Amino acid sequence: MVEISPLIKAITNRDSRAIARAITFVEDGDRQADLILTGLDPVLIEKATVIGITGPPGAGKSTLTDKLISQYRNQNERIGVIAIDPSSPISGGAILGDRIRMMKHALDNDVVMRSMATRGRLGGLCGAAGATARIMAGSGCSTIIIETVGVGQSEMDIIRLADITALVVAPGLGDDIQAMKAGLLEVADLLVVNKADCPGAEALAMDMETVAREKPPLADNLARVCLTVATEGRGIKELSEALARIDYLQRQGDEHVRRRQQARTMEVLDWSLEMLRPGLQDLINRHDVLETGDPRLLAAEIIKELMNH
Amino acid sequence: MGVNERKKRVLIAKPGLDGHDRGAKFIARALRDGGFEVIYTGIRRTPEEIAAAAVQEDVAAIGLSSLSGGHNRLFPAVIEALAKINGSDIQVLGGGVIPTEDIPALKEAGIREIFTPGTPIEIIIQSFQEACDLHYRHRSA
Repeated sequence: MVEISPLIKAITNRDSRAIARAITFVEDGDRQADLILTGLDPVLIEKATVIGITGPPGAGKSTLTDKLISQYRNQNERIGVIAIDPSSPISGGAILGDRIRMMKHALDNDVVMRSMATRGRLGGLCGAAGATARIMAGSGCSTIIIETVGVGQSEMDIIRLADITALVVAPGLGDDIQAMKAGLLEVADLLVVNKADCPGAEALAMDMETVAREKPPLADNLARVCLTVATEGRGIKELSEALARIDYLQRQGDEHVRRRQQARTMEVLDWSLEMLRPGLQDLINRHDVLETGDPRLLAAEIIKELMNH
Repeated sequence: MGVNERKKRVLIAKPGLDGHDRGAKFIARALRDGGFEVIYTGIRRTPEEIAAAAVQEDVAAIGLSSLSGGHNRLFPAVIEALAKINGSDIQVLGGGVIPTEDIPALKEAGIREIFTPGTPIEIIIQSFQEACDLHYRHRSA
């Protein structure tokens, strides 16, 4: 057993080991996580801004995140990064490679980075990512970036945890972007056309401008599309300024509170389902599923049983 | 333990200037297929960067790969870097083109296992499994 109150103190004191261990408790569903999460400073959590960075594989999310980290560090901000990659549905294992592009920050104690695998679960991931962001905020991170490929429902949910979402696209990934239009383009606050020096970038940027205009703006003359060449660091300053402006506007109005409410609601639901899962599984195992008729009817019966417990 | 099963987390890294990462990637994939979560940090890392990443990712074990002949200096340097940041409980394993006569000194320096080009992949996975088990036992003690 690890003593909890020294661990909370160590998190507040920005100790890497303590922060990492606390995140593991959260990820593994360990009961000790409850005490840690209760002990975090709510003021720090409220002040921190969570930025979701999403987009198709190969758009340059990790490289862009790496450059954004440098930008925030230049402004002397402490920053957290949660990089999410899929687990193998067969073995349950995963290769988490986002650090490759961000290793130059490895020795900077004010860049808190954590790679997270989806672990193939239906619930729990969104909750784990949210709790990790709060642990990072509680350790003094003023900006937390959640980076994930924006496909699949659970990853969409993670992105909706963020205060601000940036969707990264790049020319030459045509079909991927077409496929994402329906979902992610709608929730994105900022569209980033990366690899802006490559052929096709201009047409893509115009396309994105059209999409962006479909959403009511937070304010006049607010940039909705940013052009970047992440490998060369071009457009990064402008991107960070656009993110800061959106954050400012959201906090001026009621949008910030609305999003936090939405994120909290989603997380509570996610944790609830995750906590119910073992009990539900037990109840289901007690029935012969082949003999009890339609699955939907059995489900209704099991819920009734659960309520009566 | 809580609701979920504890996942085995390991980090695979290449210290030094050697850019040949086929072996490291092969091991990373084999570990993934064995159910491990593998943090892969890429080529040309310093021992200090590897140690810091291992602590942040809260891994149970590190696998180091070297094909350039730098292992006698670089592998023990990772052990030292871990000790400096309070990470000595993280197990370190190594592999690559490593002459038999170098192995005793590397083990003496704290490298748990050394794998050479002939080591069967099952043995490597098994060794990582044991290293993780040892680490997690120590952690919950």
